[in-house]
Amino acid sequence: MRRTYQTAKYLCLLGWSTFVVFPFLWALSTSFKDANAVTSGATYIPWLEFEPSTKGWQSLFSSGSQGINIVTPFINSAMVTLIASVISLILGTLAAYGLSRYQFRAGFVKNSDITFFFISQRIMPPIVLAIPFFLMLKEIGALDTIAGLVLVYIALLLPIAVWVMIDFFGSIPPELDEMAMIDGCTPIGAFFRVILPNSVAGIVVAGMFCLIFGWNDFFFAFILTFTKTQLLPVAIVSLNSSVTPWWSLSAFALISVTPLALVAVVVERFMSRGSLAGAFR
Amino acid sequence: MLTLENLSTSDPKVPLQSLSAHFEAGKIYTILGRTGAGKTELLRTLIGLDEISEGAVYLDGDDLLRTPIRARQMAMVYQQFINYPHLNVLDNVAFPLRRKGQGKAAARARAKEALALVGLGGFETRMPPELSGGQQQRVALARAIVKHARILLMDEPLANLDYKLREQLREEFPRLLHENAEGIILYSTTEPAEAMQLGNELIVMHEGRIVAQGDPGTLFDAPPTVDVARVISDPPISICAGEVTGGVLHFADGFLPGQADLILPPDGPVQIAIRPDALSIGGDIEARVSLAEFSGSDTIVHLNLPFGNAVMLVDGIHEFHNGDSLNVALDPNALMLFSQSGNNITERAD
Repeated sequence: MRRTYQTAKYLCLLGWSTFVVFPFLWALSTSFKDANAVTSGATYIPWLEFEPSTKGWQSLFSSGSQGINIVTPFINSAMVTLIASVISLILGTLAAYGLSRYQFRAGFVKNSDITFFFISQRIMPPIVLAIPFFLMLKEIGALDTIAGLVLVYIALLLPIAVWVMIDFFGSIPPELDEMAMIDGCTPIGAFFRVILPNSVAGIVVAGMFCLIFGWNDFFFAFILTFTKTQLLPVAIVSLNSSVTPWWSLSAFALISVTPLALVAVVVERFMSRGSLAGAFR
Repeated sequence: MLTLENLSTSDPKVPLQSLSAHFEAGKIYTILGRTGAGKTELLRTLIGLDEISEGAVYLDGDDLLRTPIRARQMAMVYQQFINYPHLNVLDNVAFPLRRKGQGKAAARARAKEALALVGLGGFETRMPPELSGGQQQRVALARAIVKHARILLMDEPLANLDYKLREQLREEFPRLLHENAEGIILYSTTEPAEAMQLGNELIVMHEGRIVAQGDPGTLFDAPPTVDVARVISDPPISICAGEVTGGVLHFADGFLPGQADLILPPDGPVQIAIRPDALSIGGDIEARVSLAEFSGSDTIVHLNLPFGNAVMLVDGIHEFHNGDSLNVALDPNALMLFSQSGNNITERAD
């Protein structure tokens, strides 16, 4: 009985893993095919079923008619995502700490209204924000620049950071801040010396979300850039000409997924080491 | 000397109402009161965590309210076990010393001594979440006493510990608190026994007010009001309606308890307080058991008596069942009388 259960369990897991991993295998094998191999049915094993070609991968690092150079969009994407994520995390953590520990009041506006204001930025469909963002960036001459995109991405990522961190700070007993002040810290000192070191788990999670949302954004990267500053998701789409180069597209897709996969692996290691285990009961 | 002058707060839960008191250095003051009496609020206000709405607090003549929390030279032990989860036990205790500007080595050396004092020698490199509740509270205690603060506040420090640990730490407290002997120690608790055992002086709080302050023994023997008598008695004191008519004391139903050496007030209604040890088994009062509970080596029996409900303390463990009938005796010498407004009007002929 138990044996049957175990077998069934592993069969299910195997099935599900295949389902999850299969698109990557497909992309990997396709990235080493040429036009003939792509159109001649589902084949997976190089040399045996098809003759591998590195054309797809080469095209990513050449330019002109040979393909599109991936290096510049990759660096652009990395810069915009990293800078916007770091700034959002810093601002978001400070804002969330203030909102979780102090009561603000300006007329009828209270803490809950401020929190909702942050979250409301993500409730709106992006298209609503597109035109205002476009006009604002145009006004300050930041269309089609890294700086302009960073600004817009901060506006998009800040609510996520605030949202995650408010929830996290809520789980840290305020007595901990009080104790730090009793023990000789200023309010700012209490934050940096006691609360921040105990918030690493929350900051890692918020940072993950920022990186994922920033890295994967296509819409604003598409609307707010033209030729000078191209981000990775837009560059992928621009590959799609009259003949779709499936081999380049697959290689491109794999490369664009890699950074997030690496981040996930690092965070997973970090989590399993116990650093993220709840310190508060 | 710590002085409170008409201290009031506007805390929505338990507002403090015009508290005035003096606290001298070198003494342990226990603050006794039920949950919601304002004990925690008083301690939080003193240390500066909650704002006052009126009044003043002076420490040796200096206005304490103008001093920021970090400079108040106070230490606090919370009811919850509050330690810094990211620091090991040694650095937890050294933390306040480091903030005062002591070097790492010196602070750690003193922290180590404090840890040895609270019985946690050898635990220096553990992280707080790896310790038991009692050990975590010992760390918090070590961190509080290592500062040699001028005022040490302890807010029901034993409340979240199990019975055995509570007794153990309670026995150790006088020795541990001696470390802070030159300071003022304010220790809040809901347990009369703890308050009596630890305090040089007892402060009784009720509904945001200080209702009595003085020597624990004196307050226990002669509580000034019925509220104080209720707070200070464990097992609970029982209050029954009575009356003095024609110079004779009787309960509302007419039962005559006898008056032994009591000097009775003029005719009129009174409240008769029956201490749990005033009742004993064997007598001519018919009683019915409504609840029996064990406390250590005693049995606490809740009784329905002809003149009201009362609690009886019986030495040893006895089996009583709800609804059991038994005869009890009432010792009139152990009765106390309170006026209708709650003031103690007990007088005895010497």
